[in-house]
Amino acid sequence: MGTDTGQGFLRFEGVSKAFDGVKAVDGVTLSVRKGEIFSLLGPSGCGKTTLLRICAGLETPDAGRVLLDGRDITELPPHERPVNTVFQNYALFPHLSLWENIAFGLRVKGLPRQRIRDEVDAMLGLIQMTDQAHKKPAQISGGQKQRVAIARALVNRPQVLLLDEPLAALDLKLRQKMLVELDDIHDEVGLTFLYVTHDQGEAMGLSDRIAVMNNGVVEQVGTPGEIYETPGNSFTAAFIGDTNFFEGVVKGAAGDGYSVVGVDGFPCEVVCFNDRPRKAGDQVHLSIRPERFVVSLQPAEAGPLHNQVEGIVEEMIYLGAQTRYRILAGAHRLSVLRQHSRFLLDEKPPSWKDRVWVRWHADDGYMLERFRDSDRGLLPLSEQA
Amino acid sequence: MTTGSKAGRRVEWMLTLPSLLWLVVLFVIPTVLVLAISFRPPTPSGGVGDGWTLQTVLALRNPSYPVIVWRTLRLSAETALICLFFGLPVAYLMARSSDRAKRVLLLLVIVPFWTSFLIRIFAWKVLLHPEGVMKQAFAWAGLVAPDASLMYNEGAVLLVLVYTYLPFAILPLYAAAERFDFGLVDAAMDLGCHKFRALLNVFIPGISRGLATALVVVFVPALGSYVIPDIVGGPGGEMLGNKIAQRVFVDRNLPHASALSSLLTVAVVVPMLAGLALRRHRVRPGGVK
Repeated sequence: MGTDTGQGFLRFEGVSKAFDGVKAVDGVTLSVRKGEIFSLLGPSGCGKTTLLRICAGLETPDAGRVLLDGRDITELPPHERPVNTVFQNYALFPHLSLWENIAFGLRVKGLPRQRIRDEVDAMLGLIQMTDQAHKKPAQISGGQKQRVAIARALVNRPQVLLLDEPLAALDLKLRQKMLVELDDIHDEVGLTFLYVTHDQGEAMGLSDRIAVMNNGVVEQVGTPGEIYETPGNSFTAAFIGDTNFFEGVVKGAAGDGYSVVGVDGFPCEVVCFNDRPRKAGDQVHLSIRPERFVVSLQPAEAGPLHNQVEGIVEEMIYLGAQTRYRILAGAHRLSVLRQHSRFLLDEKPPSWKDRVWVRWHADDGYMLERFRDSDRGLLPLSEQA
Repeated sequence: MTTGSKAGRRVEWMLTLPSLLWLVVLFVIPTVLVLAISFRPPTPSGGVGDGWTLQTVLALRNPSYPVIVWRTLRLSAETALICLFFGLPVAYLMARSSDRAKRVLLLLVIVPFWTSFLIRIFAWKVLLHPEGVMKQAFAWAGLVAPDASLMYNEGAVLLVLVYTYLPFAILPLYAAAERFDFGLVDAAMDLGCHKFRALLNVFIPGISRGLATALVVVFVPALGSYVIPDIVGGPGGEMLGNKIAQRVFVDRNLPHASALSSLLTVAVVVPMLAGLALRRHRVRPGGVK
């Protein structure tokens, strides 16, 4: 069996599933490589959990196949699949102690007692909860439950560990701590993780690759960097981080790989990098991340690949590490994030009602392959002036 | 703070008082009275005489009683277990149904209560009667001999007891199943259980309180059955309730009836209290077998 023939260790091929006529998963094809942390990221109802449950065997797809290590597991019942799941609410068995919870899968398999004892004890050591083994799930905290749920799945040595929003029930600090622990566990056991989350921070921080899902389809697959820097479409651009959308028409080329774009609502034309050839007259949509803008109270000397527009600060929100501005420039309200690199007592930062200049480099704008107007709704600042 | 909690406690007492009074006046006092009457001599006119005697209690040694007590306990236990056996899948199905289906199923469970209990028992008599529909159909299908009787035996009593008490078992089971997190069944299957084993290992322990309630709610009233064995039981299907009625209505011996009645109470309450005490101290083993 080809372990990784470029086809992927875990493969979904044209998988679809509908509930009461509503398509939850719609023709998804995905390849997960052996040993990677692969995230399914999307808003609630995008079909990511359904896809995970199809992988676990808890849902049967209406169409398509699921392959694991080259073997078709689509029709396999859940108890025969070499995968285990960490459920969103942990689903620990309340009538069993933590020790018995972790031993559950091994006992079902009918392993010898001594072997079960050794493996469960080792797993309790890994999650550092040996002294709590006798407790019932109701007696431990959320973070501890989460660790037990992971141990209960890992002890069965699955080929793929499925994690369904495992951190959703934890508070922020604990979530960050558990994220590091999850990463450590992954390094230690070297399994393939299929990780479902709606939290882009978790997905970005943990994943080797991410599939961004929306309305049952995969919008984009890539590394966290690829997805953030080169979003393929307006959904990915707006869902991952914040962005500003601009509609425009290509006016002509501006040297190698750059186009001059006339943006509706801007007084001047802008220069933008294009990763594929554009010709004059092409309709394009630009996405520019708020932190790529540079705001200043004075206009700067603009180079050939620099864009600059004049605007008025309408709103500013101090966020500690940054300040978020809302700047009216031409017919657009720009979302701008200004990093506080040092504490400037002597330099007055742009403030409310100030006349400012917003600059960005041609490489900071990204032309979207697909644009849907509905994705504007995902922006923190969706209306145009 | 202390005065506040005192006032709070007073309010609690006042709220509890009506139900407490109800229990004491209508349950505790009569039970004690019945127990006391067991030690009184009977009068020829059917009343309760003065003075104390062990005569009636000793009369319980009559060799016909152990058979009836045993039959009463056994029939009640069988009824409870059969009701659980049939009630569990119904409760599971109801809990897993859509809200609409739930309402319909719940209504179906409750519908029999809209017909008088007596009428329903007499309906069984019609069905089981030698000339009745059921008897005729079974005989035609060759399931029973044409001259066999479906009525006036223990089997008939058990059948009608199960029929009567099944809804009482289904309701607490359903209430427990409704609260059960079926994600746990998914988790068990994910960890290698067949669906059936997952239900056995996770669902059954998860609704254990509902199971215990259903058992008690069926077993205890079944012990006191009188009408059902009276109508479909015949001499071979008599239960303790029938004996008590005979002592009251036929022998007009109230102390004897009281003694029998107390015997039943003691037979139920003592094991239940023991069970409760045991449960409080037991560490539940649980786990996958």
